[in-house]
Amino acid sequence: MLKDKIILSYTGFENNHSTEIDTEFHAKRVRAMQQFEKVGFPTKEIEEWKYTSLKNLLKTDFTLLTASESDIDTKKVKPFLLKGIESYKLVFLDGVFQPQVSVTSHEGLDICILSSAISKPKYNIVLNHYFNTIASQKDGLTSLNTAFTQEGVFIHIPKSVVVDRPIEILYLTSGSEKEVLVQPRNLVIVDENAYVQIVERHQSLTSQKVFTNSVTELFAHKRAIVEWYKVQNDNLQASMIDSTYISQKEQSVVSMFTFSFGGDLVRNNLHVYHEGEHITSNLNGISMLHGTQHVDHQTNIYHQQPHCESHELYKGIFDEQSTGVFNGKVIVSKEAQKTDAYQQNDNILLTDDATINAKPQLEIFADDVKCSHGCTVGQLDKNALFYMRQRGIPAKEAKALLLYAFTDQVVNRIKIPALKIWITDTISKKLGVELEIEV
Amino acid sequence: MKKYTENELEQDLKTKEYEYGFYTDIEADKFPPGLNEAVVIAISKKKNEPQWMTDWRLEAYRIWEKMTEPDWANVHYVKPRFNEISYYSAPKKKPELESLDQVDPELLKTFAKLGISMDEQKRLSGVAMDIVIDSVSVATTFKKTLEERGIIFCPISEAIQKYPDLVKKYMGSVVPKTDNFYAALNSAVFSDGSFCYIPKGVRSPVELSTYFRINEGGTGQFERTLLIADEDSYVSYLEGCTAPQRDENQLHAAVVELIALDGAEIKYSTVQNWFPGDAEGKGGVYNFVTKRAIAHHNAKISWTQVETGSAITWKYPSCILKGDNSIGEFYSIAVTNHFQQADTGTKMIHLGNNTKSTIISKGISAGKSQNSYRGLVRVGKNAQNARNFSQCDSLLMGNQCGAHTFPYIETKNASAQVEHEATTSKIGEDQLFYCNQRGIDTEKAIALIVNGFSKEVLNKLPMEFAVEAQKLLEISLEGSVG
Repeated sequence: MLKDKIILSYTGFENNHSTEIDTEFHAKRVRAMQQFEKVGFPTKEIEEWKYTSLKNLLKTDFTLLTASESDIDTKKVKPFLLKGIESYKLVFLDGVFQPQVSVTSHEGLDICILSSAISKPKYNIVLNHYFNTIASQKDGLTSLNTAFTQEGVFIHIPKSVVVDRPIEILYLTSGSEKEVLVQPRNLVIVDENAYVQIVERHQSLTSQKVFTNSVTELFAHKRAIVEWYKVQNDNLQASMIDSTYISQKEQSVVSMFTFSFGGDLVRNNLHVYHEGEHITSNLNGISMLHGTQHVDHQTNIYHQQPHCESHELYKGIFDEQSTGVFNGKVIVSKEAQKTDAYQQNDNILLTDDATINAKPQLEIFADDVKCSHGCTVGQLDKNALFYMRQRGIPAKEAKALLLYAFTDQVVNRIKIPALKIWITDTISKKLGVELEIEV
Repeated sequence: MKKYTENELEQDLKTKEYEYGFYTDIEADKFPPGLNEAVVIAISKKKNEPQWMTDWRLEAYRIWEKMTEPDWANVHYVKPRFNEISYYSAPKKKPELESLDQVDPELLKTFAKLGISMDEQKRLSGVAMDIVIDSVSVATTFKKTLEERGIIFCPISEAIQKYPDLVKKYMGSVVPKTDNFYAALNSAVFSDGSFCYIPKGVRSPVELSTYFRINEGGTGQFERTLLIADEDSYVSYLEGCTAPQRDENQLHAAVVELIALDGAEIKYSTVQNWFPGDAEGKGGVYNFVTKRAIAHHNAKISWTQVETGSAITWKYPSCILKGDNSIGEFYSIAVTNHFQQADTGTKMIHLGNNTKSTIISKGISAGKSQNSYRGLVRVGKNAQNARNFSQCDSLLMGNQCGAHTFPYIETKNASAQVEHEATTSKIGEDQLFYCNQRGIDTEKAIALIVNGFSKEVLNKLPMEFAVEAQKLLEISLEGSVG
């Protein structure tokens, strides 16, 4: 079994990292491993995993990725990066940082990698203060990631710094000959009044199965503004579980975007903790699936302070035998008066073999709040289709136009023009038409 | 105008005791507490049941023994000790009566206290009542009117004797013995309940009605209702429940099965006002009910419920829309106050083509209560053109209570159209101010606003019930200002 294999390989991993044995960091790792041993992988019996089964995925004999020496050239990386704009770049191949294709910075801010932060004593305080503080201590998959924390992104934007260009994070897997399990770990701290845009992407370059178990911790301090775009357009052999934990302080604004186009099984866990007043959280998502793809969006927003807002907008288009899951949870504790929480989840099923399971959930303990959610499942408007065909637009294009319009509400919220173009292109490619849409 | 302060309101709320908490002193024939196969056989014997029924019960008991109590619901309570419950209790003097005059005067007084004068009900509203006190049917009226039209409306124990074929065919067909822990328990030990059969093409001239009461202390009440509407028939069925005030928690695990054959329509309305426990959260009824209906071609099922009582409510009246063009409706108001906890909602299973369902759920929580809506809308792969609309609104009063929504939507067909929306809010200060300004005091204004909030559901209730339900809402919420 995969679980036993992982537990066994932990000893080997420990030996490689014996230098840090006395650190607090190491202690966190050991605790996480104990937790994983206890709970293991989630099963369908757990309410949050009711509609997503890892059973088939876990049957594969994954090998924990060991650092390889291979490096990659610019040419191969280019298709996965934004075109025509300047950006900071953090590129990893099989868990190893690729400096030759990356653009990092230590000038007034830290855009670098976690392994160097772990090894440098000057970052110790920061690491101990932030690392693994908001990530779940109970969840099996997150604990597994924590136990094997080795490499990932470390970004620290100091007070009042506005990052002049987006930061692109790219995880590539070439995975020699074997099926591999990759576990990137990201830590991002955005201080007071700072502003940053991040684009994150995971890409498999192999035809072997790849299982990514990624964990991110994001801290947005007072009045910080963070935009985070997760682009998931991997090949159909790649599966990913992405857990993102976000802590927001007062008046901060965090906007998360999740674009799920590719991948075999994709699961997105978003946890947003409000730790101050007047916070705004925006969660947006587009899922466009075909084949037997399965995408599961889990959003958890914990409203713990008064006067906070959260807005969720998730759109899903499901073709062929694909399955979509949306489980949005909004928890308003009794201190969180004047909360304004809105959640919208719209879905279109294109075939009778596609499935959508939605569960928009509200748990409210405060009385003076405005909380609502809406969830729809429907199909294209026949009258609109007829109207367009009447005017000479072929059925395929007419359908594509309507579907594009359906996603437009989310696309329009993208603040990076280059990314907007890329997303529009991807959507039209997925729809099988050329849409000349001005961005 | 004297200003009604929040403190006063709170005080009022605390002292507001259960109005129907009294205890009728009728000698009861009661089994010693505990449950085993012998008890199941004894219950069956007591009721003179045929062998097949006894076997059915025993099978259910064996299934139940292997099951564990479900704990997924959003409610917290001390689990009932099933060995300390007496599984059978019947008023000793079982009168077989034709008219009300022969009914034990004690019983009549009970009903008078409940505010339902039977004579009045009989005369004014034309409701035929099959009154159930502690599981045995005591009086049945209007039987003759119903008999003329071929409608069978009798205690289920009688139906087992008289109409075994119907019972055999349909009992357990919608809620199987294996369905869940409480349904299995009920199947094993059900004491009595109502049986109703509407023949082909018959429209029931009166609204059928049953009053349930949990009376004897420490007696679990296990009702079983079976309602069959044959092709193209129509029936409206009312069920009202209140239980006297007792300190220990009382368990109620009922099973209701509705069968609407082709073209039939069933309207099932419930007003539930069981003892919710006192202001400290002591006592109260545990209400774990399984209600389910199956709708064949062109049939229509409509559930309406007003839930104001019970310490714990765990109830999901469901519709299986099996036939083409069948319709399922669910209208619910759930009010929780003090320490009440309610986890209620519905399931709409779309299997046939062109099926439609509507869900309107209104939750009102006050005091320290928790109110959850849990619903499932499932559209099967072969259900073309299914249509669902769901709306769940919650109203919160005070910041010690909670309102939760757990809607599950599972769609496997591209032609389905499913809409769900939910809102949570409190009573607007401007609304209250507007009322105050026009000389309506806060208390009355709240009643007014809550009534407006619940109107969509109240409108669905039959006349006789609507008045009572409105009154209940006012009583349950008196003095809760948000």
